[in-house]
Amino acid sequence: MNAVLDAFYGANSCVLSNSLSFREPGFILLAKHEKKNPLKRRATKHTMSFVQYSDLIHDGDVIIVYLGHNSVMPVKVQHGAQTQTRYGVIRHSTQLIGQRYGSKVTCSKGGWVQVLHPTPELWTVSLPHRTQILYTTDISIITMMLELKPGSIVCESGTGSGSLSHAILRTIAPTGHLHTVEFHEQRALKVAEEFKEHRVDPLVTVRNQDVCKDGFGVTGVADAVFLDIPSPWEAVGHAKVALKKHGGRLCSFSPCIEQVQRTCEVLADQAFEEISTVEVLLRVHDVRTVSLPLPDFGPDPSSQTELGPKEEAPPTPSLNHASITMKTTTPPREMPGHTGYLTFATKPRT
Amino acid sequence: MAENEDDYQYTIKEGDYVVLKRGDIYKAVQIQLKKKVIFEKQWIFLDNAVGHLYSTTFEIVSGGVLQPKEDKKDQDTEHPADVKVAGTDNRNIVDDGKSQKLTRDDIETLKEQGLKGQEIVQQLIENSSTFTTKTGYAQDKYIKKKKKKYENTVTIVKPTCRILAMMYHGREPGKICHLRYDTLAQMLTLANVHAGSKVLVFETCAGLVLGAIMERMGGYGSVIQMYPGGGPVRAGVECFGFPSHFHDTLHEFPICHVNALLAGSLDTSAKDPSADENQVVEKQFGVAVKHQNQPESEQQDGGPEEQRMETNAAAAAVQDQEELEKEKRKEIKAQEKKLKLEEKRRKLAAAAALLEGRNADGLVIASRFHPCPVLLGLIKFLSPSRPFAVFSQYKETLIECYTKLKEQGGTVNLRLTDTWLRHYQVLPNRTHPVLLMSGGGGYLLSGTTVATDHSKPAGSPQAEEPARKKARTDKH
Repeated sequence: MNAVLDAFYGANSCVLSNSLSFREPGFILLAKHEKKNPLKRRATKHTMSFVQYSDLIHDGDVIIVYLGHNSVMPVKVQHGAQTQTRYGVIRHSTQLIGQRYGSKVTCSKGGWVQVLHPTPELWTVSLPHRTQILYTTDISIITMMLELKPGSIVCESGTGSGSLSHAILRTIAPTGHLHTVEFHEQRALKVAEEFKEHRVDPLVTVRNQDVCKDGFGVTGVADAVFLDIPSPWEAVGHAKVALKKHGGRLCSFSPCIEQVQRTCEVLADQAFEEISTVEVLLRVHDVRTVSLPLPDFGPDPSSQTELGPKEEAPPTPSLNHASITMKTTTPPREMPGHTGYLTFATKPRT
Repeated sequence: MAENEDDYQYTIKEGDYVVLKRGDIYKAVQIQLKKKVIFEKQWIFLDNAVGHLYSTTFEIVSGGVLQPKEDKKDQDTEHPADVKVAGTDNRNIVDDGKSQKLTRDDIETLKEQGLKGQEIVQQLIENSSTFTTKTGYAQDKYIKKKKKKYENTVTIVKPTCRILAMMYHGREPGKICHLRYDTLAQMLTLANVHAGSKVLVFETCAGLVLGAIMERMGGYGSVIQMYPGGGPVRAGVECFGFPSHFHDTLHEFPICHVNALLAGSLDTSAKDPSADENQVVEKQFGVAVKHQNQPESEQQDGGPEEQRMETNAAAAAVQDQEELEKEKRKEIKAQEKKLKLEEKRRKLAAAAALLEGRNADGLVIASRFHPCPVLLGLIKFLSPSRPFAVFSQYKETLIECYTKLKEQGGTVNLRLTDTWLRHYQVLPNRTHPVLLMSGGGGYLLSGTTVATDHSKPAGSPQAEEPARKKARTDKH
């Protein structure tokens, strides 16, 4: 690898020198060459990636271990390695490699777990947090409202922990590309490493720069731009530059209404159209069986005639314990009440 | 107008499926020359739109002809630049119903004179005695309201999942089981719909859900639509205007054959049960045309002609020629029917082959049917470790699904959810949630399949399959 890259990566150069994904500011990749790569590789080897299903677990895969209700952990499969879970140890060589995704794996203490194929949604609930992340509810509406699909070119900032990035990559593969900008160097390095591990690196370029000052590093190529930064209004101009000449979609995520206010003003000034702010809240319903006791009204004289005198004695005690059992859902005692406001806009043709 | 070759794909062409837009109102249409289209109580001709770029805004002039709107900036800067006088509060504004000096007739005359919407609004402002005493915000609101009423423009946009999902939800929520667009968005994500996978769909949402899935697959992989009744409904898919190669990835399979397929008793080489059904109908041709028409019209073929024949027969007294021609047409029809049956059989075999491996990558259900039997039947076609998402307008049906899945095992990560969608008005000093919000966009049950309990890890599903098949055939 060349000296510039080595210098840039510093101590981590060994890890990242092979990475196609992490580049210094301004480095533009040869899109055509890279685009063809992922398809070919998958077609021949058919190993797992975050954008392509495979049936069997291979060495080097990142899998999701399902430990039980709402409890998952990502595991990088390696020959000879072991993973500790609360149900005991899992030995990769014998218990994971060659197994089918979705299988049950029995751990050393006799407990068992399910090994799941990674998806962006499972990754979102298991990834190591380096920042606050976006969750699937917001990600879903962002994906639809930005009109993402295979082939879309997307700009994103900041990359953060890469929760949204993985979902974007899943949607735009195999012919799209993600240009993501993260001004925090360690985070940028870490996420680039993850993209490589997850075998999506040919689809993404990570740039370590300040989007508010330096923009996205591309001009006139993007179909969509996503902003999750403290001062999105400072990046609206750069977003406009990054979007295609014929137009495109923009989304900005902000927790505070004041941020939304400023962003909307700048969007209007910069001639964005269809400006709309929404908030989506998820309610999870807990399915359970409930039993409601029936009160004892005492013996009913009118029903006595029908039942006859014989049955008079037994019903009274049993009615005391009578209850109706049914399936219903209960709301969670507490639920996330706010993540952020999502502001969408369309850049018209310029 | 298109300036270069790059613009070609963004140019409106004859035959294109497009969406007309005014404010938040959308309508999907096909561009056909000399064809009247009704949009927002107005007849328009789309001929002039051809050759212009998508997202162009047109003014509707006399005769419903479109004229590209000049200078978009105009409309944004026009408002209250010339209105600088404003009141501070409404203590002196009295509602006497006389503040507007123009009468209804005056406004009609202005319209007939061919005044543009913008000019009418200006007239209304000038003739309103209270306008200048209104606060700046109230003036803004007044102008916005009048502009909405009198402005006569339409924007032609390219159809996308976002626009069509919003359109259906706004115009015909009943046709899509009140599936709100944010719920559709959740479904696509939760089912991990993406290029290269094999997705099963069962929907009665006019084809909107199918179209959304096809858009996300981008023509890579395969979609198998399980359909009830005589044929799949795909009006919504048409609206997307997908390139023809997308349709090569789309397969269909009648849900009435699922049991046979699962039992291994489905014979796709010869006549299938549905073919027999059709033959019965054919025998009763003269009598039961109407019955036959129902599934037929869903497939959008042959319907009108048969109807005409029926009326002919009813109207005609005793004309032999008519009879003869009817006979001839009947023969041609029978021939066509045969070809169609053959095509249907071929399609059935192709879809059955895709399903038989029971290795689908995703399952999406959104229908007016009870989701429980659909889910329990179709989930058998999924590989282990694959996601599924089931929509229902009602929570109770999904509670049942949840309970049954828990009982039979084979799934993890089950979640019953719904989402709330809240819109905000964001304006300087006037930011607040929009007054009206949607009461409900339906419920979702999502989860992930796993290898079933009694099977041993690794490759076991194949081993248990014969046993399952046997149990089923025994029952019959």
